[in-house]
Amino acid sequence: MSKQVEIRLTGSGGQGLILGGIIMAEAALLDGKNAIQSQSYGPEARGGASKAEVIISEHEIDFPKVEVPDLLLALTQVAAEKYADDIKSDGILLVDSSVSLPEGIVAGKIIQIPILQTAAEVIGKPMVANIIAIGAIQQILNIVSKESLESAVLNRVPKGTEELNRRALAEGYRLVEKY
Amino acid sequence: MMKKNNVKFMQGNEACVAGAIAAGMKFYAGYPITPSTEIAEVSAQLLPKVGGKFIQMEDEIAGMAAAIGGSLAGLKSMTATSGPGFSLKQENIGYAAIAEIPCVIVDVQRGGPSTGLPTAPSQGDIMQAKWGTHGDHPVIALSPSSVRETFDLTVRCFNLAEKYRTPVMLMLDEVVGHMREKIVIPDASEIEVIDRIKPEPGDSNYQPYKVKEGQIVPAMAAYGDGFRFHVTGLIHDESGFPSNSHEVADKLMTRLMKKVEDNLDDIIAFEENHIEDAEVVVLSYGGTARSAKSAMKKAREMGLKVGMFRPITIWPFPEKRVAEIAKNVKAIIVAEMNYGQLVLEVERVVKNAAPIYHVGKINGEVITPDEILAKIKEVL
Repeated sequence: MSKQVEIRLTGSGGQGLILGGIIMAEAALLDGKNAIQSQSYGPEARGGASKAEVIISEHEIDFPKVEVPDLLLALTQVAAEKYADDIKSDGILLVDSSVSLPEGIVAGKIIQIPILQTAAEVIGKPMVANIIAIGAIQQILNIVSKESLESAVLNRVPKGTEELNRRALAEGYRLVEKY
Repeated sequence: MMKKNNVKFMQGNEACVAGAIAAGMKFYAGYPITPSTEIAEVSAQLLPKVGGKFIQMEDEIAGMAAAIGGSLAGLKSMTATSGPGFSLKQENIGYAAIAEIPCVIVDVQRGGPSTGLPTAPSQGDIMQAKWGTHGDHPVIALSPSSVRETFDLTVRCFNLAEKYRTPVMLMLDEVVGHMREKIVIPDASEIEVIDRIKPEPGDSNYQPYKVKEGQIVPAMAAYGDGFRFHVTGLIHDESGFPSNSHEVADKLMTRLMKKVEDNLDDIIAFEENHIEDAEVVVLSYGGTARSAKSAMKKAREMGLKVGMFRPITIWPFPEKRVAEIAKNVKAIIVAEMNYGQLVLEVERVVKNAAPIYHVGKINGEVITPDEILAKIKEVL
């Protein structure tokens, strides 16, 4: 990877994408890198298309917004239709299996995995979809270490849910193992 | 949270409150408004822990009025808002200016006018910071570009407010207010904190608006300290009571203007990058200065001689330095998220020394480095 990696996390409001972005950025800081996280808020708090952005770099980060992402995550159909066409030509598109990909998407690699279904059925908690997603992103990009990502997750999640979130991360790693 | 306690990952808005607390803020009054709401939220969480008070008022006007009241009662006070609320606060900002009541007003700028674009960034309130309240008055306004600088400049806003007894504005924008980045919080021992001068206890000759020899502003008693004094928005003499005398008006108004004008070196701060050999200088501030810096780096990689000037103090404008720089460059590009505001000040200062170009944006999106780079290539 180049020295600056830009990630855009999209889905619907309430899926914890901003928290996912914050955790990835904090993991990068634990690794001694720089990171910036930002988001666009729509007027709606839940539902609708929402996006969170993370930039991770070994250097100072000037412009704080993602211009064209190296990796784009789309958890919902609405988000995929709105954001999936804006990605680097060699970028990675990570999409939930529930989404039918819009026509004409150009990306270096498209990875489709059942993030939402795994959260609901394997872990039994739909709300850990964001943690599964960042686990998958770690496995794909290796831009933060697993050790730091786990610490960052455990620093942010409520007490008593540590084991659940560890399992969610492990599912994320596993889902993309073969890609 | 992180390995070291003082390394945090936080928003500009959160860093603003951390800075305010470090500077000694003990009172916050306001009315929550996007994109400044986190400043109210975090103040409500943190102030009770340091023996301070938070109050949510019934509207923006009352929020400003209560901040003034808190300061008159002796507490370092702050309020935060965005464009629509900044408009509403203007009358009371003028009151704080003439009555010389230190306080900090944070404006996290969003797209305007009116309710405009509540969640989108803008730098459209820069002229309002200077001219928003009526009448001549001293203005100090600072603009941070990073989360750490938001912390530092909030401390500085309090210090300048206390030192010069005047309302001081922190002109944030949604970009810096909402973005999260790494910040190393300095130790308390590294932070300079300035407190207002107070009258000697029991001074029976206390005149609330008399400046003592060797001081910049009058000593300020707090309501409740035992001094009896009068505060008004009318022109007043040294006793604090209203006066219609032209002589008194001239003396007071001149003193108010001069306390800032005579201390520009203390108040003005700016950052320069590659100015020495620059043929084109990009002048930018706040969140947009980050795009300017990125554009400058890209231009330098292409071998273009581009420098950057970032006013940290917006008002008073660093006019002496900008005029000097203009003499040695082929062009100045002003980049700001508005239709052309600070560029007017640059034009006033530079006159015909160098051509001035503007890169503006009013659609709620940030200016990208490539947009600035395109202008650089066009003018070089």
